[in-house]
Amino acid sequence: MLRKPLLLLTLLPALAVGAAPSADPRFDALDARIAALEANAQVLRDQAAAAQAEAAAARAELQQMRAEQSQSKVAAVAAPVPAMSASNANGNAFNPAISMILTGQYAHHSLDPENYQRSGFPLVGEGGPGEQGLKLGESEISLSANIDDKFYGQMTLAFGSEDGETEVGIEEAYIDTLALPGGLSLRAGRFFSNIGYLNSHHAHTDAFVDRPLAYQAFVGNQYGDDGVQLRWVAPTDLYVELGGELLRGDNYPSGGADNDGVGVQTAFAHLGGDVGIENSWLAGISVLRSDAVAAEDGFSGEQTLYLADATWKWAPRGNTKDGGVTLRGEYFFDDRDGVYVDAAAPELVQAWRGQRRGAYLEGVYRINRSWDTGYRYDRLWADQDGPQASDHDPVRNSLMLTWRNSEFSLLRLQYSRDEPNADDSDNAIYLQYQATLGAHGAHKF
Amino acid sequence: MKALIWAALLLGSAWSIPAPALNVFACEPEWGALTRELAGDAVTLDVATSALQDVHQIEAKPSLIAKMRRADLVVCSGAELEAGWLPQLIRQSGNSKVASGPGSFMATDQVVTLDKPSELDRAAGDVHPQGNPHVQLDPYRVLAIAKALAARLAQLDPGNAAVYTQRLADFSTRWQAAIPNWEARAAPLKGRKVVVHHASWVYLLTWLGVEQIGTLEPKPGVPPTSGHLAGLIEITKAQSALAILSAAYQDPKAGEWLAERTGVPALVLPFTVGGDDQAKDLFGLYDATLDRLLGALK
Repeated sequence: MLRKPLLLLTLLPALAVGAAPSADPRFDALDARIAALEANAQVLRDQAAAAQAEAAAARAELQQMRAEQSQSKVAAVAAPVPAMSASNANGNAFNPAISMILTGQYAHHSLDPENYQRSGFPLVGEGGPGEQGLKLGESEISLSANIDDKFYGQMTLAFGSEDGETEVGIEEAYIDTLALPGGLSLRAGRFFSNIGYLNSHHAHTDAFVDRPLAYQAFVGNQYGDDGVQLRWVAPTDLYVELGGELLRGDNYPSGGADNDGVGVQTAFAHLGGDVGIENSWLAGISVLRSDAVAAEDGFSGEQTLYLADATWKWAPRGNTKDGGVTLRGEYFFDDRDGVYVDAAAPELVQAWRGQRRGAYLEGVYRINRSWDTGYRYDRLWADQDGPQASDHDPVRNSLMLTWRNSEFSLLRLQYSRDEPNADDSDNAIYLQYQATLGAHGAHKF
Repeated sequence: MKALIWAALLLGSAWSIPAPALNVFACEPEWGALTRELAGDAVTLDVATSALQDVHQIEAKPSLIAKMRRADLVVCSGAELEAGWLPQLIRQSGNSKVASGPGSFMATDQVVTLDKPSELDRAAGDVHPQGNPHVQLDPYRVLAIAKALAARLAQLDPGNAAVYTQRLADFSTRWQAAIPNWEARAAPLKGRKVVVHHASWVYLLTWLGVEQIGTLEPKPGVPPTSGHLAGLIEITKAQSALAILSAAYQDPKAGEWLAERTGVPALVLPFTVGGDDQAKDLFGLYDATLDRLLGALK
């Protein structure tokens, strides 16, 4: 608004300079008026500058106020510096995370479990058909916490009933290192070996009520023992996990804690990755070497067990809890060189040399967050000669349906048809419940 | 055997020779986007999940363990949102740097959370003791988190501290300029009511002054049931709700069912960066969210 008059005013003196100098008093009067106007213009210019400066200051102030307002809003939502109050500092603040698994089942077998015989594979550990009727499953309490900056500790106590007696056992009790460099970690204590896929997984994460026949036959459901484990994860895009264990060798498939209490050595390698965002896979090979003295199946000698496992998961958009398919298979190869001593007739010692194999393949279809259903095919291949020779290869087919109320509770119905020997077949129906209480568990893939 | 060990050591040292940029592992796309804003190309970034995945329910996949293995900094929501998978990833990767301390950055630790339950009982569903973890839709909280994250990046990577400081200043300026625009646009939404799928919108709704009158999930983490949905018809109609909100990763069927019976539109909001084509970054996420909400007014 000020610009135009200002421009005119500045032009005026230029016009005046253009006029010829003269003695006419009217020119003097004009000169005086021009001088007055120039002075006036200067005043106007000064006023305009002052007004502009004021406007700028006001603008800055407004901006400052806005920034302060958002700063104060940010400050209002920013977390205050945590102050450890006296009430927080009581003894319970450092209690370990506690989680509890409750499980139980009803089972009906058409073949009396007392008369169950698996050709070529003596029943070992918990690897049998289980009991008829209502029964508490393996209920667990697990405690875990960081011990300090270098170690993590976990203990899992398992409660079960065996022939009417309640049994409490230390299922796992180990410490893990937290601070080894280069992707290494060391575990010491009692733990489930990392061989294969299912072995290191607690039974409550399984898709079926019971373990595959191969697990029952070759590791007595699940191989856990006292020892140390070293694991290394490679710094690569592909997931590569390599490791090995030294274990006491007290439990099946070993026994007798030979080699001065280091009776079992294992090695394992797992690879995994994604194919697009909807597919993930994990595959591995493992080997377990054992020097057994009077193992539960009567074997003494050298045993090598090879395992191969593969898992493929597909889920729409990668949301595995809302739908998709999981396919898994594992293959066992058991090679023995030793002797067999029948517990009933210890004076008879027979050579036991040979190979046995086992495998399972399962597919689980997740219908939605609440329902999933699956099928499993189980197979064992018995030895052709030796003390466990058999012409029949045990086979089993299982179907299951699971309903989850939330991620913390489920009900499962399973039907299995088992042909454990040439003469018998067992049709089994299971109804199982499972619940997780306490600390929110984080499960392995 | 000895030769093998030497070979392994040599390989190991060969891997460690280049001193690469900071490796950041972001659990969710919004924190990946924020890290990009603050660090640009100064860091290597892995984002664990997408906007189409339910981050409550991710599995500890091998590919994620491999990414976690090389992380120097983990940027996640915290408040137990990732309780089902993050601890497993960290433990299995053997990477102690990110287990706690400077290598672990939880967004909810940087701000005051809402919805802290006064009583902890799983009968109330999958409740989060440390409050609602979905803080990414309050711009003031995002700014507070940005400041803390820039400071953390500078602490871990002092060589690039100037980059982080400068980029934070740039981000803050643009963000603070955007907030009044968003607030002005969103003014007509104030006082309106919405039904939500899962209680993951509390920060957005509190910011905009919108009231939540119901959730499609009967309890947090429990899938919608027909009985519960039927019970929502009356309240949705009676309170003349503006919309039924669900996130891009959620099954839209429940919302659509209620929309059909009430005439109230079911809106799918991006919820996080990448949730739709417009939500390419944090600014786009807010623009898209407001566009969808304002679209329901017409």
